[in-house]
Amino acid sequence: MGDDAFTDINGKSISLDCQSHSSLCREFIVSSPKVSIGKVMVYTCCVWLVAYAVFFFTENTAVLSSAILITLVGMMLHIHFVKVDHESLLVVGSLGIQLSSSYASGRETTTFIERSKIKDIVINEAIYMHQIIYYLCVLLKEPSEPNAVSSVVPLFQSSKPRLNCLEKVYRSCQEVLSKC
Amino acid sequence: MVLKIFFPQCCNRADSGLLVGRWIDGHDSAVVLAVVHYPFIPGQVKLYIQQMQAQSGVELTVLGSWSLPKDGQEGMESFLRDLSTIFPQERWLQISRETGKTGFSCDILDQNGVALQKVKKKEKSDGEEEADDEEEEEKVIFVHYEQRKVMLSQLHPVENGVPDSETAPPSELRQMFRTVARSQPLFFLDRYDDGPLKSTHWQSEGREGSIIVELLKQATVPLCLLVGWLLSLWTWFCNVRVFSLLPFRFLSSKLSSCVQLSYRTEHVRTLSSSRPAAGHTEFMRKANIVVSLLVDVALGLLLISWLYRDNHITMVANTLVPAADRVAKELEDLLQWLMGAPAGLKMNRALDQVLGRFFLYHIHLWISYIHLMSPFVERILWYGGLSACLGLTFALSLLSDMVALLTFHIYCFYVYGARLYCLKIYGLSSLWRLFRGKKWNVLRQRVDSCSYDLDQLFIGTLLFTVLLFLLPTTALYYLVFTLLRLVVVLVQGVVHLTVDFINSFPLFAVCLRICRPYRLAEGVKFRVLCEEPGTALHLLMEMNPLKCNTVVHTYRMPTYSCYPKDSWMGLVKKLFVGELVYPWRHKNTKTD
Repeated sequence: MGDDAFTDINGKSISLDCQSHSSLCREFIVSSPKVSIGKVMVYTCCVWLVAYAVFFFTENTAVLSSAILITLVGMMLHIHFVKVDHESLLVVGSLGIQLSSSYASGRETTTFIERSKIKDIVINEAIYMHQIIYYLCVLLKEPSEPNAVSSVVPLFQSSKPRLNCLEKVYRSCQEVLSKC
Repeated sequence: MVLKIFFPQCCNRADSGLLVGRWIDGHDSAVVLAVVHYPFIPGQVKLYIQQMQAQSGVELTVLGSWSLPKDGQEGMESFLRDLSTIFPQERWLQISRETGKTGFSCDILDQNGVALQKVKKKEKSDGEEEADDEEEEEKVIFVHYEQRKVMLSQLHPVENGVPDSETAPPSELRQMFRTVARSQPLFFLDRYDDGPLKSTHWQSEGREGSIIVELLKQATVPLCLLVGWLLSLWTWFCNVRVFSLLPFRFLSSKLSSCVQLSYRTEHVRTLSSSRPAAGHTEFMRKANIVVSLLVDVALGLLLISWLYRDNHITMVANTLVPAADRVAKELEDLLQWLMGAPAGLKMNRALDQVLGRFFLYHIHLWISYIHLMSPFVERILWYGGLSACLGLTFALSLLSDMVALLTFHIYCFYVYGARLYCLKIYGLSSLWRLFRGKKWNVLRQRVDSCSYDLDQLFIGTLLFTVLLFLLPTTALYYLVFTLLRLVVVLVQGVVHLTVDFINSFPLFAVCLRICRPYRLAEGVKFRVLCEEPGTALHLLMEMNPLKCNTVVHTYRMPTYSCYPKDSWMGLVKKLFVGELVYPWRHKNTKTD
């Protein structure tokens, strides 16, 4: 158990929370920072200033009310679909791996991968925009050929932690998975 | 190895007894289905399990014992151990729970009653020692599941029938779901039965059921017979020889109301079959059809109640004829404008006049046709409106047909314009090749060079010039009438899309997803329950409902799709070359 501070690929601080429920079951929670109030202010002010400028020329009050509506709806959509509050990885030896990400509004999406479908967990490299990043991913088995990899499921997609954080998660995962 | 025990939540507080369930082969896991209480006679338990096994087809066994000691029950330890000799098993689980604690403890005994492992350490030992022990021991994971939800849910993607031997055996979760779903007969024994055995499972407080559902089940049998009889009558009527003649067949394939009728007939035929639905997919398909049919008819009745109240029909009929008149008048004005100098363009005067007069005469014909029809329009609408009781989709298809018939003149203009334009484009392109000393080789499907005579070249060039200078006039007429035609096609397309949407939308599946999310499961999700140090790991298994767009995608009913056949670029290309564009899809063309 422990709560450690790491940084993601952009240098923002994220925290990794490792919980060991038993020797067979570990949970890793990567939480990203909350939405900063300054950013919200900047976006809101931008929309409203533009709306006020349009209102100044057209003298139509519908512009202002629609600007308020747009800001509110935009914020709701952002926290419901875009902003991920924390991502968690639950590794249960001999049962499987569960990935879940919960959004800032409380919505949660979960997928569970059975142990029999998992080939391995590895750290991989990828070219992302103009940089090379590391990411943790689950390799899935091809049902017909046991040695082939059918697909790759990347972990911690929205909060992209750096290598030192990934290594820690990787070691504990392998420890749990190798036990059975 | 780690042993996984799927334990139903309803048995958490059950009295002590025997665990009945199934070992899942190859995965080292056990599914507990029910608890049979003390006191019992072992012979009767064996008989009961055999009966249940025959009824459900699941390999049921006695997995072990369950004890929840109450006050005054002490010294069960040796008794429980003796039970394992009565029900000989490879492995015997001895799950017990103490009143004050939330966690279970589990001992596993082998055939001779020797403890293979002891998960819970009862002796008070040092922390270090316990940690050392844990590393050597085998482990047990308890997965708590809600029996009712697991029994009713359907894991996606749906697999039908017997799995092939070539593919991998079904996964552990799928086997577990199937075991719970198939052992339904086990759950019929409730506490009010006077039998020798008492058991705990999700229905032990009394069987769950709905009187309305049972009544409906009874009512469907005569209803299906009636519908089947009506259907056979209708099929006989459709098969009369007159209808298989060529003009009727052609008409019925082009009229969308006829297509919709045959589509609905197919649906009703699926419903009226007396055979119950075989699998989940077929059941969902039937349910979707029923719900969409009912909604369709309800919407149709709403439309009827609006149409026939306050003489709305007369109002519509009275506006229809003047509207057609006005459209014709506008068209006439448009033609007059085209015959002059439209937008300042200088056209070929002779050709312009010829084309304009030709189209004017057509409009004249059309107006007289409309006026001939005008006394009957109201009656046609009145009887046509009745068709809405077959469903809104049918009324909409009829509307689409009526639009097609009323705008037949626009279609005619479009065809004339397109044919003329097409002819010119083809002529120009072939003459352009002649101009360059080439020709199209039909056999090899390519352009070859060719030496022409002087006469041929002269005539060809002359014709090329004539066609080139006449092209703008034709192109202008073609452009205007194509735009008119596209407006009509757009209206018809919107109507068709609406009909298609009502026909194919899986309303039942979506309602199921909203009201009973566990019924359509994409998978499962686990939650770690509060753990006490020293006991086995407890997980709670919950259903992960299917995403809404996946539901729509999976259960969408196949339709005679009326989406445009071409891509947008293909459409533009066709319009440019002057090929005819239809709103309907040709049957013989294959689409993917």
